[in-house]
Formats: sequence, structure tokens, C-alpha cells
Amino acid sequence: MRWIWIDRILELKRRERCVALKNVSAAEDVLADHFPATADRKAAPVLPNPLIIEGMAQTAGILVGHANDFQEKVILAKIAKAVFHAAARPGFTIRYTATIDSFAASGASTSGVAELIDPHTGRTTPLADIALMFSHIDHNMAGLEFPEHNFVFTSQFMDLIDQPHLREG
Amino acid sequence: MAMSEQEVFEKVQEVLEDALGVDEDEVTPQAKLEADLGAESIDYLDIVFRLEKAFPGIKIEQGELFPESVLNDPQYVDDGKITDAGMAELKTRLPHAELGELDASRDVEDFSNVFTVDLLVKFVMDKVNA
Repeated sequence: MRWIWIDRILELKRRERCVALKNVSAAEDVLADHFPATADRKAAPVLPNPLIIEGMAQTAGILVGHANDFQEKVILAKIAKAVFHAAARPGFTIRYTATIDSFAASGASTSGVAELIDPHTGRTTPLADIALMFSHIDHNMAGLEFPEHNFVFTSQFMDLIDQPHLREG
Repeated sequence: MAMSEQEVFEKVQEVLEDALGVDEDEVTPQAKLEADLGAESIDYLDIVFRLEKAFPGIKIEQGELFPESVLNDPQYVDDGKITDAGMAELKTRLPHAELGELDASRDVEDFSNVFTVDLLVKFVMDKVNA
């Protein structure tokens, strides 16, 4: 399954911020069910807000993982805040900007802003404010054992990061 | 600059409102973080992060405020019950905690009841006025 809700990473600054883009497409299956037409209303396809949170979690999760060169298994542990200002319709682009608020051995907290870009007009409007907490699970789950390989940062994510413009000098 | 207990309490109250999504009037000194305010394990890290921001200059090490590692140590816990050595360790690590009820039950499950708003306030008072 392709569980990747960001398309491109524009910027990745260690322990500071990560900026990612997501194009919302009518070809995505989820939009067909969210929301389909009914007897008294035509279809209203929008990217579900939980998937907007997931996009931010992937953006911020990469930022938190990158802080320790992806040695930690970084798991979304808490949605501290999620406030939405608009709906993400097909043909629009979401820009996620995640920043680290706090970082410790056991986890990290991030703040994030999601903006909606209209590629036609170039206009950018606020979409959501999303604050998250991540756990470094190997430090927190006393007694529980996890596989040694990092199952969080799969090749789907690492390929996004392995781009010439993101390599540190 | 020294802070009064009331000043610290008000800031702790704000931290808990934001971290746990509770109302101001729920955050009384006697309120228990888990039983009364619904805190879960990840919230403890969130609270630590927020306290460090609310009180600039203080640094809280992992396990300092919430020494849960004590309960994972076989020296301190035997068959779900806290040993004498475990109680002694908790008294050292949490000098302001009311440990009377825990001492009576010795049940690991009761450990979270020790964490009250008042305990947080006293912990922060020590830090800011150190």
C-alpha cells in the first residue's frame, strides 16, 4: 500500500524545519467517498482532514527523524492541536511547514502550518494549524521489543529525501 | 527572580489546560493528572516540554519529574508490588510527593495517583527558586 501523503520535500533544515508539498488530485480514491453526491447534493470531493494531519505528521516526522539521522523510530503519539480554516479541493496544492518546538531523547514536539496554494492564481491561503508530539519508541516502551530495522522510515520516505537539493553541504 | 507558589500554580494550570485539553476549574491543586485530568503516558513528555517553555531557564531531565523507570526495575517492584527499596527510592526521587496511600497499597497501578497538580507546582517551585 502506498501510504504517503506528501509528494515532494522542498526544504529540510536539521532540527529546524521541513517544508513539503502535496497535490490534491481527483484521481485519489479517497476523494470519491468524501463526499459523494446524494439525492439533494452534488459531490463535494475534499481531502479528509485526518489525511491533512497525516501529511503534516509525515512532514514533521521526517524532520524529527532527520535530527538523529533516522536512527530513531519516530511514531506520532499525540495531536496536540488541529485547527482547520478551509477545505482542500482537487487541483490545489498543500504546503506543509513543520518546525521543531522541543526535542529530547524520548521524543519531540512540533508546530506546523498547512497552506493551500491555488496553482492557477498563485494565491496562498491558510488551511490548518497542526501541533504534534512524536515518541522515540525504543526509549519509551519499557519491556516491549521492536524489530531492529527502522520500519517507520521506509524507502517511500527516504526516496523523497534523497534529492540533490536536500543534501547538506 | 523568585516566584510565589500562586504564580507558579497559575502557569502550571495553563500548561495543563493546553497539554490535556482541560478547563481551568478542573486544574485544582488536588487533581490527579491521570485519574482526574485524563493524562496518558505521552502527555508527561508534553507537560515536561511545556513546563520548560513556560518557565524559561529550567531544564527537566528525562525521568526526573516522572520517574517511571523505577517501576520497571525488578529491584524495586516484585509481582506488581513496590518493595521497601522501591518506596525508599521513590521518596528520594519525589521528595514532595504524598506517598502515604501508595505505601499502604504498594500497588504499581496506584503509582499514577501520586502525580497531582500540587506535586507539579512544588517540583517547579524547587526549580525556579533554586
